[in-house]
Amino acid sequence: MKPRPEVLGAGAFVALMAVAPLFLNAYQVDVLNSIGLYALLGLSLNLILGEAGLFNMGHAAFYAMGAYTAAILNTRYQIPILWTLPLSGAVAGAFALAVARPVVHLRGDYLLIVTIGVGEIVRIALVNDVFGITGGANGIFGIGRPRVFGYVIRRPEQFFYLIWGFVALSIFLFLRLKKSRFGRALNYLREDEVAAEGSGIDTAYYKLAAFGLGAAWAGMAGTLFAAKMTIISPESFSFWESVVLFMIVILGGAGSIAGVLLAAFLVVGLPEVFREFAGARMLVFGLVMMVMMIFRPQGLLPARGRRFPWVASAGALKQ
Amino acid sequence: MSSAPAPADPVKPALLTLAEVIKTFGGLTAVNRVSFAVDEGTVVGLIGPNGAGKTTVFNLITGNYQPDRGDISFAGRRLNGLRTHRIIMLGIARTFQNIRLFQQLTALENVLAGCHYRMRGGILSAMLNLPAQRRVEGQAIEQALQALEFVGLTQQVFTAAKNLSYGNQRRLEIARALATQPRLLILDEPAGGMNEQETEALIGLIEQIRARGITILLIEHDMRLVMRACDKLVVLEYGGKIAEGSPERVRADPRVIEAYLGTEEDA
Repeated sequence: MKPRPEVLGAGAFVALMAVAPLFLNAYQVDVLNSIGLYALLGLSLNLILGEAGLFNMGHAAFYAMGAYTAAILNTRYQIPILWTLPLSGAVAGAFALAVARPVVHLRGDYLLIVTIGVGEIVRIALVNDVFGITGGANGIFGIGRPRVFGYVIRRPEQFFYLIWGFVALSIFLFLRLKKSRFGRALNYLREDEVAAEGSGIDTAYYKLAAFGLGAAWAGMAGTLFAAKMTIISPESFSFWESVVLFMIVILGGAGSIAGVLLAAFLVVGLPEVFREFAGARMLVFGLVMMVMMIFRPQGLLPARGRRFPWVASAGALKQ
Repeated sequence: MSSAPAPADPVKPALLTLAEVIKTFGGLTAVNRVSFAVDEGTVVGLIGPNGAGKTTVFNLITGNYQPDRGDISFAGRRLNGLRTHRIIMLGIARTFQNIRLFQQLTALENVLAGCHYRMRGGILSAMLNLPAQRRVEGQAIEQALQALEFVGLTQQVFTAAKNLSYGNQRRLEIARALATQPRLLILDEPAGGMNEQETEALIGLIEQIRARGITILLIEHDMRLVMRACDKLVVLEYGGKIAEGSPERVRADPRVIEAYLGTEEDA
């Protein structure tokens, strides 16, 4: 059997990434780490926006919840930063469920506006040092370095493997999810909510589940971010972050994991390459989005239909 | 599951009952004190001029709307207040007047939606890809393929719904509805936009569905189909029921002729 082109592409990408730190300087590896974090966030938003079609432009709020949970647990209670991963995810997920529950029935643009509001509320709450634990506008500093099997992760190339390892694990799990009943249910929501409900799918449940899972993953990305920066502040979780993530999912192709990866490279990587034109960044982003919406609204690498290998062979027999 | 389509048993309660159902939208009474029953194993046609409230009745049955007054019950259970997916799980499936498929998804994925509620497994079992998960998936795909075969879409299993011909889209919607394993199938203008040949094939398909013991309630403007396929007709006009009975009787009813069939039969 000949391997499919996308399998070859994925293999080449993995191989390239595995050896990349050997050939790049610390700054370049650090850019790749940023790309990895955005890819992770993009993948988590993709569940909500790409797979389930729920317009969420406040994703930075969930990212912030995770990052702050990790930072607070680490700096106040000396819990090793990576141990906080599940709890950061749970806090962000629970927060998403709580805020999404009353608004998730809203459609399209209305949901978009509400989620922008949620993002801003969280950011402003962090600036105002709610409960006296977020450190206000200065944020939280002195977050401990992560340890993996006794090794302290400190240098960019060490973080590279931590972050991209988590990206790889996420992709592996999300691919399985996509193939499952759960993944399909999210797509039914996106395609036609009335028809989904009319086929026996509890649309309200799956909307919340999409929000909860996407937010939990963003929360875990927040933990990695806190570990990498050792200092976090509200400005890292601004409305602009939510916009960039939204752009990554739409630009790459809603529901497409490969698309999200590619878009993360373009949206985060290209501005680093063209640093001297930093002033024109917004202009270029705006132009690109306009051109995309006109000429390729489905995204750079649109999602493809699910394959059912053994069905394909059974179908071939009948034909 | 009932066997052959036996004639309606007078002692047995009807499968679906509407009693004095009222639905208003603002000042407009879309459905006005409509009562009728659908016996198990029969094919019932809901007819009437445009705007008579037929689709509203369907939407009331499947919980897309809630009745203002009156009761709707199915297999001895009151449906009022239940959400749509709960009603589907009780054994009612439907198609839509303006085809509502999952356009970007393949025919197989569309039909798997109908299998969804009978399957088990959530986020965790999917991520862990447990053996139980794989078995459930395999069974569902098997059933979905059978439904596709039943409506004659074996060649189009991996075709995106949006790329199917109009007639095949209607068939796919029926396959998706059948995949929920309903006792009652509700078809909203199944022959809408079909040519003569396709309508003929559809009549055959309705016969086959009925032969499986599935009760059918349908809205249709194509009188040939209605007269041939239905055991009973319910006629609506301006939201109220004006006639009910066998196609022959309804056809002869002067009120129906005046309201509806008079102009249709000339055509």
